[in-house]
Amino acid sequence: MTELSYLDGNMLDGPLRELFAVDLSTATGRCDHCGTVGPMAGLQVYAHAPGLVGRCPTCVEVMLRLVRAPDRAWLDLRGTTFLQVPMPVQTPR
Amino acid sequence: MVAQTPARAPARWRVGRLVERRVETPNAQTLVLELPDWPGHLPGQHVDVRLTAPDGYQAARSYSVAGPAVDGPGGPRIELTVQRVPDGEVSPYLIDVYREGDPVEVRGPLGGWFVWRPQETAPVLLVAGGSGVVPLMAMIRARRAAGSRVPFRLLYSVRTPADVIYADELRRRARDDLGLDVAYVYTREAPDGWRGEPHRIGLADVNNHGWPPDLEPLCYVCGPTGFVETAADLLVGLGHQTRRVKTERFGPTG
Amino acid sequence: MGIVSPGFQGRPRTAEPALPPGQYLTEDFPVLSAGPTPRVPLDTWEFVIATETGTEFRWTWDELMALPQETPTVDIHCVTHWSKLGTSWRGVSLDTLLEGVDTAADYAQAHSYGGYTTNLPLDDLRDGQAWVVHTYDGEPLPGEHGGPARLLVPHLYFWKSAKWVRGVRLTVEDEPGFWETAGYHDYGDPWREQRYQGD
Repeated sequence: MTELSYLDGNMLDGPLRELFAVDLSTATGRCDHCGTVGPMAGLQVYAHAPGLVGRCPTCVEVMLRLVRAPDRAWLDLRGTTFLQVPMPVQTPR
Repeated sequence: MVAQTPARAPARWRVGRLVERRVETPNAQTLVLELPDWPGHLPGQHVDVRLTAPDGYQAARSYSVAGPAVDGPGGPRIELTVQRVPDGEVSPYLIDVYREGDPVEVRGPLGGWFVWRPQETAPVLLVAGGSGVVPLMAMIRARRAAGSRVPFRLLYSVRTPADVIYADELRRRARDDLGLDVAYVYTREAPDGWRGEPHRIGLADVNNHGWPPDLEPLCYVCGPTGFVETAADLLVGLGHQTRRVKTERFGPTG
Repeated sequence: MGIVSPGFQGRPRTAEPALPPGQYLTEDFPVLSAGPTPRVPLDTWEFVIATETGTEFRWTWDELMALPQETPTVDIHCVTHWSKLGTSWRGVSLDTLLEGVDTAADYAQAHSYGGYTTNLPLDDLRDGQAWVVHTYDGEPLPGEHGGPARLLVPHLYFWKSAKWVRGVRLTVEDEPGFWETAGYHDYGDPWREQRYQGD
């Protein structure tokens, strides 16, 4: 069976770095369905599909979908409540 | 080793060239690529490699970087170890067709999660299934390059002795790199004189060759999806915190 | 376009007259999946057609098997560019299942065990164009290919042929499904190469 046909969210960095300037695989995300908070690198990513589907490792609901056409990309994050992205320290004025 | 600063720009495709090729096993080769503007990377990171056919058709795959970048006459060089995937599209090209001097497009370094930083102090357990040893070897090499004394243990599952990638170097490092232990699990055929039968990785292997959870080691598991699932479950079952068990699964695309 | 890789051809992509544009021929049967394979025991399996007024028509596995069976041999076209010719299936025509279903709906949304959805005009499920199939190449449909039963709508890209199908909701308004809400074309005709929205 192909139960175990998914990859880790680590692999999202390449495809997402086409869109964003930071490594979103190291960002912390919250699953909108079950509330689990964890690194996006820990998502279960189904890549043998018309797009990339990232699922919550706890409840297996969809947190992220990325579809890449030759000239466009669609990113659906409705299954992710927030993304916490590490930023360089900003010195207060 | 080239210093790593966090990448804060959209990753672009860089053009690298093959400068050297090493046969590791009958089905795995190491490609040394020269990448003049390589920004450096952390051990465990990967790159995407993209091929383009004359009619514009493209295929891209991810490969782990096998060790620290080194400086060559034409700029930094990185090593990728490629395992042949039967009926694959990219790995057979890289192994059979791609020649010295030929260009290839590389995007990276990628993936800041499955990395080991040489300033870490916790003991490290590396669990490799097949060609999953590649990013873990990068950590072993970086440990030595940085003069780290953090105790490392590698538990490496392979089908047969002939399938061991980096076999000579691992034998040498297990002898010379203080604080590095290397143990094997053979799933199909064990070498002569091996005690026990070939078997898939199990609780006893992880228990005997890993670290007690009390030491709070960092665990890195890399291999095919099913292998990673098994090994990570064993580690968590032994009491290791999920957050300290980092995994990298790879699929059958080639 | 990137730098050409000397000697790289990729998978054979010969243009055959039987193939829609941009497709290549494959002999094997690639497994595509957007999630884990659901395991559905046959004794609890059911197929449900729900109309826009809320009326439901249900079939158990045994009831589905008792209906007239058809054996379509069709070409299938996946939006990820592979096509497979002359695939043979066994199952029940949607014409049979929709018999006696009174509806004014124009659209259908298929839904699956595991949560997948896909939409299409109801007319595309009629007139011998669509089946609920349970047998592939003479064998029970493997779970990885959508068993116990999947939808088969071969005149549209294969993502419309929902694996692990559980039912069809008939709707007055078009309701985009899993891939149709993430950039893929609402209709998906391979001969007009309707891959993405706006194609």
